[in-house]
Amino acid sequence: MALLEVKNLQVRVEEREILHGLSLTVNKGEVHAIMGPNGSGKSTLSHVIAGKPGYEVTSGEVLFKGENLLEMAPDERASKGVFLAFQYPVEIPGVATMTFLRTALNAQRKARGESEFSTPDFLKKVREVAKSLNIPQDMLRRGVNVGFSGGEKKRNEILQMALFEPSLCILDEMDSGLDIDALRVAADGVNALRSPERAMVVITHYQRLLNYIVPDFVHVMSKGRVVKSGGKELALELEASGYAQFEDAA
Amino acid sequence: MNVVLAKTETGRALSDIFTVARNRLPGAGKVADHRQQAFETYERLGLPHRRIEDWKYTDLRVLMREVLPLAAAPDAAALKRAGTALKLHAIPGIRRVVLVDGVFAPKLSETSDLGKDISIRSLRDVLQTGDAALQAQMFAPENSDAMVALNSAMMTDGLVIDVADGAVIPLPLHIVHIASGAAPAAMFTRSLIRVGKHASATLVESYIGAEGAQAYQVHDSLIVSIGDGARLDHVRLIEDSREAFNISSAVVTLGAHAHFNTFGMNTGSLVSRYQAVIAVAGEGSRVETNGVNLLNGRQHADTTLLLDHAVPNCSSREIFRAVVDDRAHSVFQGRIIVRPKAQKTDAKMMTRALLLSDEAEADNKPELEIFADDVTCGHGATTGALDDSLLFYLRARGLSEKEAQALLIQAFVGEAIEQIASDALRELAISAAQRWLAARG
Repeated sequence: MALLEVKNLQVRVEEREILHGLSLTVNKGEVHAIMGPNGSGKSTLSHVIAGKPGYEVTSGEVLFKGENLLEMAPDERASKGVFLAFQYPVEIPGVATMTFLRTALNAQRKARGESEFSTPDFLKKVREVAKSLNIPQDMLRRGVNVGFSGGEKKRNEILQMALFEPSLCILDEMDSGLDIDALRVAADGVNALRSPERAMVVITHYQRLLNYIVPDFVHVMSKGRVVKSGGKELALELEASGYAQFEDAA
Repeated sequence: MNVVLAKTETGRALSDIFTVARNRLPGAGKVADHRQQAFETYERLGLPHRRIEDWKYTDLRVLMREVLPLAAAPDAAALKRAGTALKLHAIPGIRRVVLVDGVFAPKLSETSDLGKDISIRSLRDVLQTGDAALQAQMFAPENSDAMVALNSAMMTDGLVIDVADGAVIPLPLHIVHIASGAAPAAMFTRSLIRVGKHASATLVESYIGAEGAQAYQVHDSLIVSIGDGARLDHVRLIEDSREAFNISSAVVTLGAHAHFNTFGMNTGSLVSRYQAVIAVAGEGSRVETNGVNLLNGRQHADTTLLLDHAVPNCSSREIFRAVVDDRAHSVFQGRIIVRPKAQKTDAKMMTRALLLSDEAEADNKPELEIFADDVTCGHGATTGALDDSLLFYLRARGLSEKEAQALLIQAFVGEAIEQIASDALRELAISAAQRWLAARG
């Protein structure tokens, strides 16, 4: 059974149709890149999979491990193993990062019927992961993402990914706003989480990110559907020729 | 404002209560005269209503539909119920002084080993046998407010606390007001705390109902005097029954280089009003007055503060947060007066309300009256809902809708709670907030 199956998905925001019958199959262990110009519907796809309110699915389905994902609340999707790394992680003043991480992790474990993490185990794990991502301890004491740089916010997303151990990670424009050094640190963090049990969907506008996170499959989106799929070489092809050739194909 | 209104049924019933109860009220001679005068003032003013500016948002003629008779002194059964309630609200590391149905309950209180730095007497004793000056001080709050006048006329008991000059009282003092639930009743209490020069003390007041206590009325007042160089930390927690009324007033006076840190949290009662007048009368003094309302159902809670800066070189900070759900109504009125002599005053006030439902209401009324020209004063007020993008982020990380709201609500009220100086008291406020959040489901 595929980990994620998106079948002929049609989605509206207010009166406008953004996705016009998108299909995508992701198996565990695979890394898929979704590329496409601005406005092609890449972020909409990530939001619909994560359960963000405001999107109306008019047709099609999304199955996760064979279950109908669209019927689940966002928190249920998270506890079942769906993780969205946000393009713009929000700042939450007054909620310490550590408190947030523990609350979220324990909420997911509770929903799965697992015991809550003990404090020492939790702290040990967070410190380990934080160290590997170059996240200083004082950042964990601050409010979630409050005063974090663009790179720090993205690393905080990857920290959560490492802690929650999701089976499906969707990385929405992870490279936006990052300089080359910050990008490398973030990409190393993501690569460390690649595993035969986990799939990743990397959404990006630029080929650059895919030099660091090398995908197994590349899909080109245009005007709300996948117009071409191929191996990692497709990304290089796009880098050379641009998206214009696909505008007509859509 | 002189608005003459026909006395309502409620107003009349309260007057009858005084007539019936007067022989049971402690104190004769001058004390009885003070009561009579206060009662006459109350009779003239009647219950406060919306056409009195200070009571604009809390019209007692509408909200206080029935007046309950003066509570009987607690019997053995009442004290037993109170004792059970106390166990549920036990706080470690604190000295408890208990008022049951408005009457001092020595057996439930921890007043045997006070030492020489602190003295605690009951108001009843003071009014019956105390010296005239102290008795007069108990009647010091101005009766121009009808509910203060009513409280002056009817006060039955309370605590008179003296902290000696230079004393540092390590254990916080905790006045617990308990309604025993014997029968629906009204209690009228007044307490006084005098913190001597260069002394420091901590006072916690909480208001609770024993099991079965429903529609009772608390009428309380507090007189605070903080000496030169002294410090008082003060926390009020209203966790009364959800059908109770709590009408409380405070009059606070600070000497020079004194420090008053006060925090109020209101999660209980159906209708509550806390009106405090804080007079900064000595130079170089500091006031922090902060509060949180957590309201739902049809609760109505009104905090009305007057900060009076009369002398130079003082500072005050007010941070107030209201979280209002369902059809509840939160009121914050904060007035700061800076008198002509009070140069170099640094006074700031910020009030924010979070509305969790379309029918919730929050009224914020900040007022500055500044008569000095070299001051730093400011105020701000905001009202809004929880941010959807923050809620989605938290839900995408596995928190249910209620859990996500709870985390954001705690962060919102946290800014006010953080101002509590002592870790233990901060924990008290946090756990009161958590109880409210847990009760939401």
